[in-house]
Amino acid sequence: MYFVIAGGGEVGFHLGKALLEAGHEIMVIESDRRRASFIEEQLGSVVLNAPADEGRFQLEAGCQRADAVIAVTGEDPVNLVICQLAKWQCMVPRVIARVNDPKNEIVFKALGIDETISSTRVLMSVIEQELPSSGFLPLMPLTGSHLELIEAEVLADTPSAGKSVGALGLPRGTAIGGIVRRGSVLHADDDVRLEVGDRLVILAPTKDEAQVRKALAG
Amino acid sequence: MKIIIVGCGRTGAFLAGVLADADHDVTIIDLERAAFAHLPQDFKGTTLLGNGTDLDVMRTAGIDKADALFTLTQGDNRNLMAAQVAKQIFGVKQVIAKVNDPIRANTYRDHGIVTVSRTSIMGTLFEALLMGDSEVGKILLEKSKAREARMADAWLGGAR
Repeated sequence: MYFVIAGGGEVGFHLGKALLEAGHEIMVIESDRRRASFIEEQLGSVVLNAPADEGRFQLEAGCQRADAVIAVTGEDPVNLVICQLAKWQCMVPRVIARVNDPKNEIVFKALGIDETISSTRVLMSVIEQELPSSGFLPLMPLTGSHLELIEAEVLADTPSAGKSVGALGLPRGTAIGGIVRRGSVLHADDDVRLEVGDRLVILAPTKDEAQVRKALAG
Repeated sequence: MKIIIVGCGRTGAFLAGVLADADHDVTIIDLERAAFAHLPQDFKGTTLLGNGTDLDVMRTAGIDKADALFTLTQGDNRNLMAAQVAKQIFGVKQVIAKVNDPIRANTYRDHGIVTVSRTSIMGTLFEALLMGDSEVGKILLEKSKAREARMADAWLGGAR
Protein backbone atom coordinates (compact mmCIF):
# COMPACT_ATOMS: atom_id res chain seq x y z
CA MET A 1 0.00 0.00 0.00
CA TYR A 2 1.04 3.62 -0.48
CA PHE A 3 1.14 5.92 2.53
CA VAL A 4 1.93 9.63 2.60
CA ILE A 5 3.24 10.80 5.97
CA ALA A 6 2.97 14.53 6.58
CA GLY A 7 5.61 15.64 9.07
CA GLY A 8 9.02 14.03 9.49
CA GLY A 9 9.55 14.51 13.20
CA GLU A 10 10.25 11.57 15.49
CA VAL A 11 6.76 10.13 15.01
CA GLY A 12 6.78 10.54 11.22
CA PHE A 13 10.29 9.18 10.82
CA HIS A 14 9.74 6.03 12.87
CA LEU A 15 6.31 5.46 11.38
CA GLY A 16 7.80 5.70 7.88
CA LYS A 17 10.59 3.32 8.81
CA ALA A 18 8.16 0.76 10.23
CA LEU A 19 5.89 0.96 7.17
CA LEU A 20 8.87 0.49 4.84
CA GLU A 21 10.01 -2.52 6.83
CA ALA A 22 6.51 -3.94 6.55
CA GLY A 23 6.88 -3.76 2.77
CA HIS A 24 4.79 -0.66 2.05
CA GLU A 25 5.56 2.26 -0.19
CA ILE A 26 5.82 5.64 1.55
CA MET A 27 6.50 9.33 1.04
CA VAL A 28 7.36 11.65 3.91
CA ILE A 29 6.62 15.36 3.45
CA GLU A 30 8.88 17.48 5.65
CA SER A 31 9.36 21.23 5.39
CA ASP A 32 12.63 21.53 7.31
CA ARG A 33 15.50 21.00 4.85
CA ARG A 34 17.96 19.51 7.34
CA ARG A 35 15.40 17.16 8.80
CA ALA A 36 14.37 16.12 5.28
CA SER A 37 17.94 15.26 4.28
CA PHE A 38 18.42 13.31 7.53
CA ILE A 39 15.40 11.16 6.70
CA GLU A 40 16.62 10.73 3.14
CA GLU A 41 19.99 9.49 4.43
CA GLN A 42 18.25 7.03 6.71
CA LEU A 43 15.38 5.79 4.56
CA GLY A 44 16.32 6.58 0.94
CA SER A 45 14.47 8.65 -1.67
CA VAL A 46 11.15 8.76 0.13
CA VAL A 47 11.16 12.40 1.21
CA LEU A 48 9.61 15.53 -0.27
CA ASN A 49 11.13 18.68 1.20
CA ALA A 50 8.06 20.94 1.21
CA PRO A 51 5.22 22.15 3.42
CA ALA A 52 2.52 19.47 3.57
CA ASP A 53 -0.27 21.97 4.19
CA GLU A 54 -0.19 23.21 0.59
CA GLY A 55 -2.25 21.30 -1.93
CA ARG A 56 0.30 21.40 -4.74
CA PHE A 57 2.89 19.58 -2.65
CA GLN A 58 0.34 16.95 -1.69
CA LEU A 59 -0.17 16.42 -5.42
CA GLU A 60 3.59 16.28 -5.96
CA ALA A 61 3.84 13.63 -3.23
CA GLY A 62 1.25 11.55 -5.07
CA CYS A 63 -1.57 11.85 -2.59
CA GLN A 64 -4.07 11.17 -5.40
CA ARG A 65 -3.04 7.54 -5.43
CA ALA A 66 -2.31 7.21 -1.69
CA ASP A 67 -4.22 4.62 0.30
CA ALA A 68 -3.90 6.88 3.33
CA VAL A 69 -2.46 10.22 4.41
CA ILE A 70 -1.23 10.39 7.97
CA ALA A 71 -0.63 13.85 9.46
CA VAL A 72 1.78 13.66 12.38
CA THR A 73 3.24 17.14 12.84
CA GLY A 74 3.40 18.54 16.36
CA GLU A 75 0.67 21.10 15.69
CA ASP A 76 -3.00 20.22 15.69
CA PRO A 77 -4.19 23.00 13.33
CA VAL A 78 -1.58 21.94 10.76
CA ASN A 79 -2.66 18.30 10.98
CA LEU A 80 -6.30 19.31 10.58
CA VAL A 81 -5.67 21.33 7.42
CA ILE A 82 -3.40 18.65 5.91
CA CYS A 83 -6.12 16.04 6.38
CA GLN A 84 -8.93 18.25 5.07
CA LEU A 85 -6.95 19.19 1.94
CA ALA A 86 -5.99 15.56 1.31
CA LYS A 87 -9.63 14.55 1.59
CA TRP A 88 -11.12 17.38 -0.45
CA GLN A 89 -8.52 17.82 -3.18
CA CYS A 90 -6.79 14.47 -3.54
CA MET A 91 -9.81 12.34 -2.61
CA VAL A 92 -7.66 10.27 -0.27
CA PRO A 93 -9.86 7.42 1.01
CA ARG A 94 -8.38 7.42 4.49
CA VAL A 95 -6.90 10.30 6.46
CA ILE A 96 -5.48 9.95 9.96
CA ALA A 97 -4.49 12.86 12.20
CA ARG A 98 -2.29 12.96 15.25
CA VAL A 99 -3.84 15.22 17.88
CA ASN A 100 -1.80 16.62 20.70
CA ASP A 101 -4.61 18.19 22.75
CA PRO A 102 -6.99 15.29 23.53
CA LYS A 103 -9.97 17.68 23.33
CA ASN A 104 -9.26 18.03 19.64
CA GLU A 105 -10.34 14.45 18.94
CA ILE A 106 -13.93 15.69 19.19
CA VAL A 107 -13.13 18.85 17.26
CA PHE A 108 -11.55 16.94 14.38
CA LYS A 109 -14.49 14.54 14.25
CA ALA A 110 -16.93 17.45 14.05
CA LEU A 111 -14.87 18.88 11.21
CA GLY A 112 -14.90 15.67 9.18
CA ILE A 113 -11.68 13.95 10.26
CA ASP A 114 -12.83 10.71 11.85
CA GLU A 115 -9.58 8.96 12.58
CA THR A 116 -7.42 10.61 15.20
CA ILE A 117 -4.68 9.37 17.46
CA SER A 118 -3.97 11.21 20.66
CA SER A 119 -0.66 10.24 22.23
CA THR A 120 -1.78 11.95 25.43
CA ARG A 121 -4.93 9.82 25.53
CA VAL A 122 -3.03 6.60 24.81
CA LEU A 123 -0.56 7.34 27.60
CA MET A 124 -3.33 8.32 30.00
CA SER A 125 -5.23 5.10 29.42
CA VAL A 126 -2.08 3.11 30.16
CA ILE A 127 -1.33 5.10 33.29
CA GLU A 128 -4.91 5.10 34.58
CA GLN A 129 -4.91 1.31 34.70
CA GLU A 130 -1.91 1.49 36.99
CA LEU A 131 -3.44 4.03 39.34
CA PRO A 132 -5.89 3.27 42.08
CA SER A 133 -8.98 5.28 41.30
CA SER A 134 -9.90 6.10 44.89
CA GLY A 135 -7.83 9.27 45.03
CA PHE A 136 -5.56 7.47 47.49
CA LEU A 137 -1.98 7.40 46.27
CA PRO A 138 1.00 6.05 48.26
CA LEU A 139 3.80 8.23 46.85
CA MET A 140 6.98 6.76 48.28
CA PRO A 141 8.57 5.06 51.31
CA LEU A 142 10.80 7.20 53.48
CA THR A 143 14.26 5.70 53.59
CA GLY A 144 15.58 4.64 57.00
CA SER A 145 12.13 4.34 58.56
CA HIS A 146 8.99 2.26 58.37
CA LEU A 147 7.04 5.24 57.16
CA GLU A 148 5.60 6.21 53.84
CA LEU A 149 4.33 9.36 52.19
CA ILE A 150 0.73 9.27 50.96
CA GLU A 151 -1.30 11.73 48.92
CA ALA A 152 -5.06 11.43 49.27
CA GLU A 153 -7.77 13.45 47.62
CA VAL A 154 -11.06 13.94 49.44
CA LEU A 155 -13.72 12.60 47.07
CA ALA A 156 -17.48 12.96 47.36
CA ASP A 157 -19.24 10.10 49.19
CA THR A 158 -16.15 8.95 51.07
CA PRO A 159 -15.87 8.82 54.87
CA SER A 160 -13.52 11.81 54.93
CA ALA A 161 -15.76 14.25 53.03
CA GLY A 162 -17.21 16.83 55.42
CA LYS A 163 -15.47 15.40 58.49
CA SER A 164 -13.12 17.38 60.68
CA VAL A 165 -9.51 16.27 60.83
CA GLY A 166 -9.83 15.22 64.46
CA ALA A 167 -12.79 12.97 63.69
CA LEU A 168 -11.08 11.01 60.91
CA GLY A 169 -9.88 8.29 63.27
CA LEU A 170 -6.44 7.92 61.73
CA PRO A 171 -4.20 5.31 63.38
CA ARG A 172 -1.67 6.44 66.01
CA GLY A 173 1.67 7.48 64.62
CA THR A 174 0.07 9.00 61.52
CA ALA A 175 0.44 12.69 60.74
CA ILE A 176 -1.21 14.92 58.15
CA GLY A 177 1.55 17.20 56.88
CA GLY A 178 -0.80 19.63 55.24
CA ILE A 179 -4.01 20.12 53.31
CA VAL A 180 -3.94 21.60 49.84
CA ARG A 181 -7.16 23.49 49.22
CA ARG A 182 -7.58 25.43 45.95
CA GLY A 183 -3.84 25.76 45.57
CA SER A 184 -3.06 26.94 49.13
CA VAL A 185 -1.75 24.98 52.08
CA LEU A 186 -3.78 24.69 55.31
CA HIS A 187 -2.52 23.41 58.64
CA ALA A 188 -4.24 20.14 59.47
CA ASP A 189 -5.60 21.32 62.83
CA ASP A 190 -8.13 18.98 64.42
CA ASP A 191 -11.04 21.35 63.84
CA VAL A 192 -10.44 21.84 60.11
CA ARG A 193 -13.37 20.41 58.18
CA LEU A 194 -12.38 18.56 54.99
CA GLU A 195 -13.97 19.58 51.71
CA VAL A 196 -14.34 17.59 48.53
CA GLY A 197 -11.31 18.33 46.36
CA ASP A 198 -8.91 18.84 49.30
CA ARG A 199 -5.64 16.96 48.91
CA LEU A 200 -3.97 15.62 52.04
CA VAL A 201 -0.27 14.89 52.35
CA ILE A 202 0.13 12.20 54.98
CA LEU A 203 2.99 10.45 56.75
CA ALA A 204 2.00 7.03 58.02
CA PRO A 205 3.59 3.80 59.19
CA THR A 206 3.75 1.49 56.18
CA LYS A 207 1.95 -1.26 58.09
CA ASP A 208 -1.04 1.02 58.72
CA GLU A 209 -1.61 1.99 55.07
CA ALA A 210 -4.78 -0.06 54.82
CA GLN A 211 -6.24 1.57 57.93
CA VAL A 212 -5.45 5.05 56.65
CA ARG A 213 -7.03 4.19 53.32
CA LYS A 214 -10.16 2.95 55.11
CA ALA A 215 -10.45 6.11 57.20
CA LEU A 216 -10.18 8.37 54.16
CA ALA A 217 -11.50 6.54 51.12
CA GLY A 218 -13.71 3.88 52.70
CA MET B 1 -22.73 42.93 18.85
CA LYS B 2 -20.51 40.55 20.75
CA ILE B 3 -17.38 39.98 18.71
CA ILE B 4 -14.39 37.70 19.33
CA ILE B 5 -11.05 38.27 17.63
CA VAL B 6 -8.36 35.58 17.69
CA GLY B 7 -4.85 37.00 17.29
CA CYS B 8 -3.72 40.37 18.57
CA GLY B 9 -1.15 41.33 15.98
CA ARG B 10 -1.35 44.67 14.20
CA THR B 11 -4.44 43.75 12.22
CA GLY B 12 -6.30 42.07 15.08
CA ALA B 13 -5.58 44.98 17.40
CA PHE B 14 -6.57 47.53 14.75
CA LEU B 15 -9.89 45.79 14.14
CA ALA B 16 -10.51 45.37 17.87
CA GLY B 17 -9.96 49.10 18.41
CA VAL B 18 -12.27 50.13 15.59
CA LEU B 19 -15.07 47.82 16.73
CA ALA B 20 -14.75 48.70 20.41
CA ASP B 21 -14.92 52.40 19.49
CA ALA B 22 -18.20 51.65 17.74
CA ASP B 23 -19.48 50.32 21.09
CA HIS B 24 -19.35 46.63 20.27
CA ASP B 25 -18.52 44.13 23.00
CA VAL B 26 -15.07 42.94 21.84
CA THR B 27 -12.93 40.13 23.30
CA ILE B 28 -9.48 39.64 21.80
CA ILE B 29 -7.43 36.47 22.39
CA ASP B 30 -3.68 35.96 22.04
CA LEU B 31 -1.08 33.49 23.30
CA GLU B 32 1.38 36.25 24.16
CA ARG B 33 0.66 38.90 26.74
CA ALA B 34 3.04 41.25 24.94
CA ALA B 35 0.80 41.17 21.85
CA PHE B 36 -1.85 43.22 23.68
CA ALA B 37 0.53 46.19 23.46
CA HIS B 38 -0.73 46.56 19.89
CA LEU B 39 -4.13 47.64 21.21
CA PRO B 40 -5.08 51.31 21.50
CA GLN B 41 -4.27 52.78 24.91
CA ASP B 42 -7.94 53.44 25.61
CA PHE B 43 -9.15 50.01 24.42
CA LYS B 44 -12.55 49.36 25.99
CA GLY B 45 -12.82 45.64 25.19
CA THR B 46 -11.59 42.53 26.99
CA THR B 47 -8.25 40.79 26.51
CA LEU B 48 -7.90 37.05 27.05
CA LEU B 49 -4.59 35.21 27.27
CA GLY B 50 -4.81 31.76 25.69
CA ASN B 51 -4.86 29.56 22.62
CA GLY B 52 -7.68 30.69 20.35
CA THR B 53 -8.13 27.21 18.85
CA ASP B 54 -8.80 25.73 22.31
CA LEU B 55 -12.46 24.96 23.06
CA ASP B 56 -12.16 25.98 26.72
CA VAL B 57 -10.54 29.30 25.83
CA MET B 58 -13.30 29.96 23.31
CA ARG B 59 -15.93 29.23 25.94
CA THR B 60 -14.20 31.58 28.36
CA ALA B 61 -14.29 34.24 25.64
CA GLY B 62 -18.07 33.78 25.56
CA ILE B 63 -18.36 32.13 22.16
CA ASP B 64 -21.82 30.80 23.03
CA LYS B 65 -23.14 34.36 22.84
CA ALA B 66 -20.85 35.67 20.10
CA ASP B 67 -22.36 37.21 16.97
CA ALA B 68 -19.12 37.24 15.03
CA LEU B 69 -15.60 35.84 15.19
CA PHE B 70 -12.52 36.90 13.23
CA THR B 71 -9.31 34.88 13.14
CA LEU B 72 -6.22 36.98 12.54
CA THR B 73 -3.23 35.05 13.89
CA GLN B 74 -0.05 34.70 11.86
CA GLY B 75 -0.84 31.07 11.02
CA ASP B 76 -3.26 30.25 8.20
CA ASN B 77 -3.95 26.82 9.68
CA ARG B 78 -4.69 28.16 13.15
CA ASN B 79 -7.04 30.71 11.62
CA LEU B 80 -8.81 28.03 9.62
CA MET B 81 -9.15 25.71 12.59
CA ALA B 82 -10.47 28.40 14.94
CA ALA B 83 -12.90 29.61 12.28
CA GLN B 84 -14.27 26.12 11.63
CA VAL B 85 -14.65 25.45 15.35
CA ALA B 86 -16.56 28.70 15.78
CA LYS B 87 -18.83 28.11 12.83
CA GLN B 88 -19.43 24.37 12.91
CA ILE B 89 -19.20 23.52 16.61
CA PHE B 90 -20.48 26.71 18.24
CA GLY B 91 -22.66 27.91 15.37
CA VAL B 92 -21.35 31.48 15.30
CA LYS B 93 -23.17 33.20 12.44
CA GLN B 94 -20.49 35.43 11.03
CA VAL B 95 -16.98 34.00 10.89
CA ILE B 96 -14.09 35.33 8.80
CA ALA B 97 -10.60 33.85 8.62
CA LYS B 98 -7.45 35.56 7.41
CA VAL B 99 -5.68 33.10 5.14
CA ASN B 100 -2.57 34.43 3.44
CA ASP B 101 -2.17 31.52 1.04
CA PRO B 102 -4.59 32.43 -1.80
CA ILE B 103 -5.08 28.79 -2.79
CA ARG B 104 -6.03 27.67 0.71
CA ALA B 105 -8.27 30.76 0.96
CA ASN B 106 -10.06 29.61 -2.18
CA THR B 107 -10.37 25.98 -1.08
CA TYR B 108 -11.90 26.79 2.29
CA ARG B 109 -14.24 29.37 0.75
CA ASP B 110 -15.57 26.52 -1.38
CA HIS B 111 -16.17 24.66 1.86
CA GLY B 112 -18.20 27.37 3.51
CA ILE B 113 -15.63 29.37 5.45
CA VAL B 114 -15.36 33.04 4.57
CA THR B 115 -11.67 33.69 3.96
CA VAL B 116 -9.77 36.85 3.18
CA SER B 117 -6.25 36.71 1.77
CA ARG B 118 -3.98 39.66 2.45
CA THR B 119 -1.80 38.39 -0.38
CA SER B 120 -4.38 38.64 -3.14
CA ILE B 121 -6.08 41.76 -1.78
CA MET B 122 -2.87 43.75 -1.55
CA GLY B 123 -1.57 42.36 -4.81
CA THR B 124 -4.75 43.37 -6.60
CA LEU B 125 -4.76 46.80 -4.99
CA PHE B 126 -1.13 47.54 -5.86
CA GLU B 127 -1.69 46.52 -9.44
CA ALA B 128 -4.71 48.80 -9.64
CA LEU B 129 -2.77 51.73 -8.19
CA LEU B 130 0.00 51.18 -10.73
CA MET B 131 -2.44 50.99 -13.61
CA GLY B 132 -4.35 54.06 -12.46
CA ASP B 133 -7.52 52.04 -11.95
CA SER B 134 -8.91 54.42 -9.36
CA GLU B 135 -12.19 52.59 -8.78
CA VAL B 136 -10.56 49.52 -7.25
CA GLY B 137 -10.20 50.06 -3.54
CA LYS B 138 -10.96 53.78 -3.64
CA ILE B 139 -13.39 53.73 -0.72
CA LEU B 140 -11.22 51.25 1.13
CA LEU B 141 -8.15 53.48 0.85
CA GLU B 142 -10.04 56.61 1.89
CA LYS B 143 -11.43 54.88 4.97
CA SER B 144 -8.08 53.36 5.89
CA LYS B 145 -6.26 56.68 5.57
CA ALA B 146 -8.77 58.39 7.82
CA ARG B 147 -8.33 55.73 10.46
CA GLU B 148 -4.55 55.83 10.21
CA ALA B 149 -4.67 59.58 10.77
CA ARG B 150 -6.87 59.12 13.83
CA MET B 151 -4.56 56.43 15.21
CA ALA B 152 -1.46 58.53 14.66
CA ASP B 153 -3.16 61.38 16.44
CA ALA B 154 -4.08 59.19 19.41
CA TRP B 155 -0.57 57.78 19.79
CA LEU B 156 1.56 60.76 18.83
CA GLY B 157 -0.81 63.69 19.35
CA GLY B 158 0.93 64.92 22.48
CA ALA B 159 4.32 64.97 20.78
CA ARG B 160 3.27 67.25 17.99
